[in-house]
Amino acid sequence: MQASVIVFPGSNCDRDVAICLEAATGKKPNMVWHGDSDLPDSDVIVLPGGFSYGDYLRCGSMAANSPIMKEVVLKAQKGAAVLGICNGFQVLTECGLLPGVLMRNAALNFVCRNTRLIVDNNTTPFTGLYQQGEEVIIPVAHNEGNYFADDETLNELSSEGRIVLSYAPDNNPNGACRNIAGICDSSGRVLGMMPHPERRAEAALGGEDGKRMFTGLVEALS
Amino acid sequence: MNDDMTPPETAHINDTEITPEIVVEHGLKPDEYEKIVALMGRTPNMTELGVFSVMWSEHCSYKSSRKWLKKLPVSGPQVIQGPGENAGVIDIGDGYAAVFKMESHNHPSFIEPYQGAATGVGGIMRDVFTMGARPVANMNALRFGDPSHPKTRHLVAGVVHGIGGYGNCIGVPTVGGEVNFDSCYNGNILVNAMCVGLARTDKIFYAAATGIGAPVVYVGSKTGRDGIHGATMASAEFDDASEEKRPTVQVGDPFTEKLLLEACQELMASDAIIAIQDMGAAGLTSSSVEMADKGGVGIVLDLDKVPCRETHMTGYEMLLSESQERMLMVLKPGREQEAEAIFLRWGLDFAVVGSLSDTGRMVVHHEGRMIADMPLEPLADGAPEYDRPFTPTPLAPLIDASHADDTNITDALKILMGCSEIASRRWIYEQYDSMVMGDTLAGPGGDAALVRVHGTQKALAISTDVTPRYCLAQPVEGGKQAVAEAYRNISATGATPLAITNCLNFGNPERPEIMGQFVECLEGMGAACEALDFPVVSGNVSLYNETNGQGISPTPAIGGVGLIENLEKAVGNAFTQADRYIFVLGKTEGHLGCSLYQRFVLQDEAVYAPPSVNLELERKHGQFVRDLIDAGIVDAVHDVSDGGLLVALAEMCLPHNLGCHIEDDNTAGFWFGEDQGRYVIVSADPDKILAQANASGLALNYLGKTGGSELTIAERIHICVKELGAIHENWLPDYMKTV
Repeated sequence: MQASVIVFPGSNCDRDVAICLEAATGKKPNMVWHGDSDLPDSDVIVLPGGFSYGDYLRCGSMAANSPIMKEVVLKAQKGAAVLGICNGFQVLTECGLLPGVLMRNAALNFVCRNTRLIVDNNTTPFTGLYQQGEEVIIPVAHNEGNYFADDETLNELSSEGRIVLSYAPDNNPNGACRNIAGICDSSGRVLGMMPHPERRAEAALGGEDGKRMFTGLVEALS
Repeated sequence: MNDDMTPPETAHINDTEITPEIVVEHGLKPDEYEKIVALMGRTPNMTELGVFSVMWSEHCSYKSSRKWLKKLPVSGPQVIQGPGENAGVIDIGDGYAAVFKMESHNHPSFIEPYQGAATGVGGIMRDVFTMGARPVANMNALRFGDPSHPKTRHLVAGVVHGIGGYGNCIGVPTVGGEVNFDSCYNGNILVNAMCVGLARTDKIFYAAATGIGAPVVYVGSKTGRDGIHGATMASAEFDDASEEKRPTVQVGDPFTEKLLLEACQELMASDAIIAIQDMGAAGLTSSSVEMADKGGVGIVLDLDKVPCRETHMTGYEMLLSESQERMLMVLKPGREQEAEAIFLRWGLDFAVVGSLSDTGRMVVHHEGRMIADMPLEPLADGAPEYDRPFTPTPLAPLIDASHADDTNITDALKILMGCSEIASRRWIYEQYDSMVMGDTLAGPGGDAALVRVHGTQKALAISTDVTPRYCLAQPVEGGKQAVAEAYRNISATGATPLAITNCLNFGNPERPEIMGQFVECLEGMGAACEALDFPVVSGNVSLYNETNGQGISPTPAIGGVGLIENLEKAVGNAFTQADRYIFVLGKTEGHLGCSLYQRFVLQDEAVYAPPSVNLELERKHGQFVRDLIDAGIVDAVHDVSDGGLLVALAEMCLPHNLGCHIEDDNTAGFWFGEDQGRYVIVSADPDKILAQANASGLALNYLGKTGGSELTIAERIHICVKELGAIHENWLPDYMKTV
């Protein structure tokens, strides 16, 4: 499996996720600069966490308009898997690959903590190694993670099984509608999630619940 | 009629005559001005006066403190670079170095808490990455006024947002710190930020510029009018009108700093840089003076080349601006293009603004005019060194603790666990990204933070400590205790303490009793550094922390750094399993003077003698604890500090809601006294650790065992751990909610 990580100015989890991808695939992912318009062939494209363009204007909005994102959208349409983590999720909603919007946290504060998540759909390429309904611990770290969409969209997401990850009901860190932590597109191959699986992928960092997302991708896409 | 594009003709700022009033406005004393005239051999013009005023400010010249700073121990086999550079550097083996420093941003944070704190974080990170290191951990030491003071809540919220806003964006984890509330900080909060970076020992960059004719290069953000005279402001007392100084607070842009960090790292991977210095306090002036002076050369600057974000800036303004996210570099001649390509790719300004000369002078040109020509050496090193008069702090009396209530231990513990000094800081630290970079092994909430050296089995242990109430009562003991507590917190994880940075926050040094506090705190600090092989490698002095003549308690914050070679051996400070044996290392005599029990339970505001520090025992205890951890025979270790032994035990119960049973009842002094040099040690192997303590001749006393959901003492006291947890967790969020 070949992975690519898009690096925007202000990305700051690009190295962290590249380490997890390399551990899972055995080879270094391509690190692709935002200003490039060529995207090497990739089975999975990762939009990492961070503060692309300083979160100026609106989180993810400038990154969504960078040259490389045209390529990411094309590749996604051709079936490449796309994983947006945190700021990457914000970019995916801004560029239209995923519906809805990430608003400011309900408490109006940045929040960094471990959260308990429920895996609501284990049939995506990202979640195949989790049990359906399994509770896992993965941390969040964001100021704008409060997922919002209109009821029609939320009902559609829900009925199509596109709510892939949700916060345990008593553990919603940001006020997200229906405790949504991660959603996918209708193909199931584009996933946006606020929690950071790359931060909990080895025992020394407190646990390995996030690791299965990367090893699962290798199993699903190789 | 004037063309809109040209400014109206006004007199050049240098044509202004220097009057005694102008000298005073620049924060210079009449005798200092006379010295400047003598050194120059003529009257300085306005630009030159401005440059002298910032270089000779307390903030930049350390004129009141230098005499005493020289007495601190600064060397050791682990020290690669001691004080005097942008940051200290220590050797952590296998070709790695830890680079770190702590710095204050007190005055700006009081005036404008968000930007003041944010730019404090940005500035200290630049100090570290200027040295060639990648910042891997931020810490902070914060002091706010009394919780009931009307401004405190606003300042807490603003400072925490500012620290988070900057550190989170740049992607460096904020892994720990400390927070106190005391009325002495009502008009003068303290915001001390520390940054730790990692570098290869053969890729450390220094400030000394060499190579006559080599290009001087400006990179980063454009220069604006923000922060002019910030260093001078930081060197004066506050009064009620100080908030009018808001325009002298700089504005930070962490996004630009992130780009600057990455661009600098990219250029540093080549060998194009001769010297590099960040533009911090006193901006372009101090960076160019320091680089040229350290290298023993001269410098010529052409301000027409400086990228500006405002129009019609005078040379005076450009030289004194403290606009953030800027660096000055001296490159090897001919390497400008390759450097420029890197900075332009990252969207940053790059400009050759001058060159090195052999004159030993700083010569500045602007708009076809030479606006300054001054000798470098006196600018950098010629500031007057003051041996300010000081009076020793009178000895505080010993507390008479006979009215301590030995019967009501439960209520006292609940008061302490929910008091402003001990209550959980979760509301604060969850606003900081403590995990980015994927190497945080132990984040906020423990004794010391643990951050892995990326790609190795090593980890750095980092702790910030000082107990200002001890320093106020008896500065020598307080100075010792600050260092000893950092040493203890690092040892409690299993790491070996290696070196410290410090941030010395005091009141007005022109008052002999304040100067006395400074001298005595440094005496204690120096003695502890010496005894514990824990030298000072960098630091910062912040004086004039006064408002309307009311000084803060002496607050010499210590940032300690240690190393554990095998991170798998590190231990935490929580009870993790039932049926483990609990011991306390060190004698408990029940010293209640200066304790939190005195302040919050006895509600006695008098100043009594603090607990004394036995440095020899401190060292032995630290070694003993580290040996036990290295041998793998302890589960958890926690240092005993604020609130005493029972608070330490309660803190160990909370993380896993696991209680303990203590066998013997005792006095309030025993449970809440703050005797120094103690650790709680938890082990499954009591015989072995008792034998080792006996062999070392150390006092190790058995207390009881872990287990259950209550903290119990003998048959008398039963306290629900969950209830303690709620008391501990709720204070700060409840406080921040109330309007």
